[in-house]
Amino acid sequence: MMTEMLEPTAQSDPPTDTVLEVTGLDVDIRTPQGTVRVVSQVSFAARRGQTLALLGESGCGKSMTAKAIAGLLDPVASVAGGTAVLDGQDLNQMNPKQRRAVAGPGLGIVFQDALTALNPVYTIGTQLGEAFRIHRGASKKQAKAEAIDLMRRVGIPEPETRVNSYPHQFSGGMRQRILIAMAVALSPQLLIADEPTTALDVTVQAQIMLLLRKLRTEQQMAVVLITHDLAVVAEEADEVCVMYAGNVVEQGSVDKVFSHPTHPYTKGLLESVPTDAQRGEGLSSIPGSPPELTKIPAGCVYQDRCPLASAICRQERPLLRDTADGQRAACHFAEKVSAAKTDNDDANNVKEEIR
Amino acid sequence: MSTSPSMSPENVLEVKDLSKTFHVSAGAAGSQELRALDGINLHVRQGETLGLVGESGCGKSTLARTLMMLETPDTGTVRFEGQDPFALRGKELLTWRRRVQMVFQDPFASLNARMTAGQIITEPFATHKDLYRGTAAKNRRLNELLDLVGLRATDAAKSPQEFSGGQRQRIGIARALALDPDLIILDEPVSALDLSVQAQVLNLLNDLQQELGVSYIFISHDLSVVRHVTDRVAVMYLGRIIESGSTEQVFDAPLHPYTASLMSASPKLDPAKRPARRIVLQGELPSPLDPPSGCRFRTRCWKAQPICSAERPEKMTRNDSGQVSLGIPGVGPGAGAHVAECHFPVADPSEAGLIPAG
Repeated sequence: MMTEMLEPTAQSDPPTDTVLEVTGLDVDIRTPQGTVRVVSQVSFAARRGQTLALLGESGCGKSMTAKAIAGLLDPVASVAGGTAVLDGQDLNQMNPKQRRAVAGPGLGIVFQDALTALNPVYTIGTQLGEAFRIHRGASKKQAKAEAIDLMRRVGIPEPETRVNSYPHQFSGGMRQRILIAMAVALSPQLLIADEPTTALDVTVQAQIMLLLRKLRTEQQMAVVLITHDLAVVAEEADEVCVMYAGNVVEQGSVDKVFSHPTHPYTKGLLESVPTDAQRGEGLSSIPGSPPELTKIPAGCVYQDRCPLASAICRQERPLLRDTADGQRAACHFAEKVSAAKTDNDDANNVKEEIR
Repeated sequence: MSTSPSMSPENVLEVKDLSKTFHVSAGAAGSQELRALDGINLHVRQGETLGLVGESGCGKSTLARTLMMLETPDTGTVRFEGQDPFALRGKELLTWRRRVQMVFQDPFASLNARMTAGQIITEPFATHKDLYRGTAAKNRRLNELLDLVGLRATDAAKSPQEFSGGQRQRIGIARALALDPDLIILDEPVSALDLSVQAQVLNLLNDLQQELGVSYIFISHDLSVVRHVTDRVAVMYLGRIIESGSTEQVFDAPLHPYTASLMSASPKLDPAKRPARRIVLQGELPSPLDPPSGCRFRTRCWKAQPICSAERPEKMTRNDSGQVSLGIPGVGPGAGAHVAECHFPVADPSEAGLIPAG
């Protein structure tokens, strides 16, 4: 049998203990025009055996958040405030040596582009075994045996011979499996997956998501999944943080947020997905495009594109507040969102939107 | 070619048995043959959108390039309203080129950063000199184009860096429309755009089609987008179209196991739409340098039998009563029918677990 048939839903059991708690995280980037805040007051918690999704469009700060947690920010970027507590320790307070001790057993990260994330001049076996040699003092032979075992666990065929191959000798899907193997090598408590399937075809994406789900259950990891794909979030995640221009605008359980969004941006995103719309019918779209991070308006970050925007939105930035049981949104008019009609149902408005 | 194939009058484009082989250097062993296109048949009617779906490496882009005359096919015919573009020379060829245009995937790479939006959009007039004579006529046309794609007249003086991704793609679309083409090939036109902007561009493409009656070939890997914008769909796998039909037929009741697994594997936003069982294919697209014998999909197929490796499957079709049968021998299934190349087509959607559980 070439195929596995399985239940498509991934939602796991009810809440358990918190692995990662991020509170009020701020990230700044130094640019020639001055310091720009790219992540502002982000708070969330990732729980054991569950998947938390950071959802947003390009430039919304979701990858920056993950890099700040993993301690992988570019030199121009720095954490300006907030805490990220993993297993009782604040990651932001750690010195490089403590960081290195945590990287691997504490947290693992899977990057989007597997070809650039792997070193082209070392064999897969060397790169996979490195974690065991550094953290567990394994011999070369032991490390290789562990690497073969890992490759088998992530479903790479003939691991005994493939262990001596170089990254370019693998296909895109196999390289992504290798990256996942590397991230889970030391059974971390937290796995950060940064757009792990964006570069892959849909049939391979399904394989990788299945593998991540299997490993999450086996090792009871907390997974932070970074993606821009709403359908992937709907299928894979338990909780979701919707980010816009560096801010979390809505968070809560995926079921609740997606069925009853209480922020106009979430609602707009959900309505932009072409699912049921008939051929030829206009899609409802969000007018304009996200603000540049240097020009974030005072008041609500979403005011320029929001159908509900009024005077208070231009003066006062709304704080995240409870809008429903287990659901928070940063909107002055959260209660009106479900009733509000997104403006352009009429396709002819498209031309006007951009003006 | 002895006789030119009979054209249905409403077909803008008709492609028959198109094949293209590339020669790939294989070191000291000489070169290997890569069959990028292997007997492609398709047609596009006036004012309709044909979707082209498939995984990377299946030959979608080679097909698009061949239709743009950027590649010369080995065998097979391309007829553009009865005309073979590959037989044209000189002035006739120049006139033909106006009629097929292309919009590219990446709006950040496909616009020259050293030109203004206005220069980019009017650049085609430099080659097609007889179309709009004089600066006044060109500017009139430029303003008309900017208005069509929803940009301001003042945007013509800006350079591409000053625009957002969605606006850049509008410039790319305006450039493609500049010569008033009959067919536009859209190669992943929205995949580089954010979701909130993607809907704007899809709406624009739809409006333009209704206003101008232009035909589209829409290449995409995003199945929900393809479902929304296309009239008919062709599914490609390793250089062949393995299934084609109307969008409803192909999406709601796929015949080919590969199409069924694509539908099954694509994530669904609405929990009620998720398949009862999910087919997760094993492995990836085999190397086109060494395609499997018989049916090309058999190495990943969940219905494969010994005959699949021995014999290339014939085209199967589904009749009105829902039964799957061979196309009529000699005649073959009628143009536009729902056909798939498979020995064991999927009898009905529930067999592939595509019917939602709830």
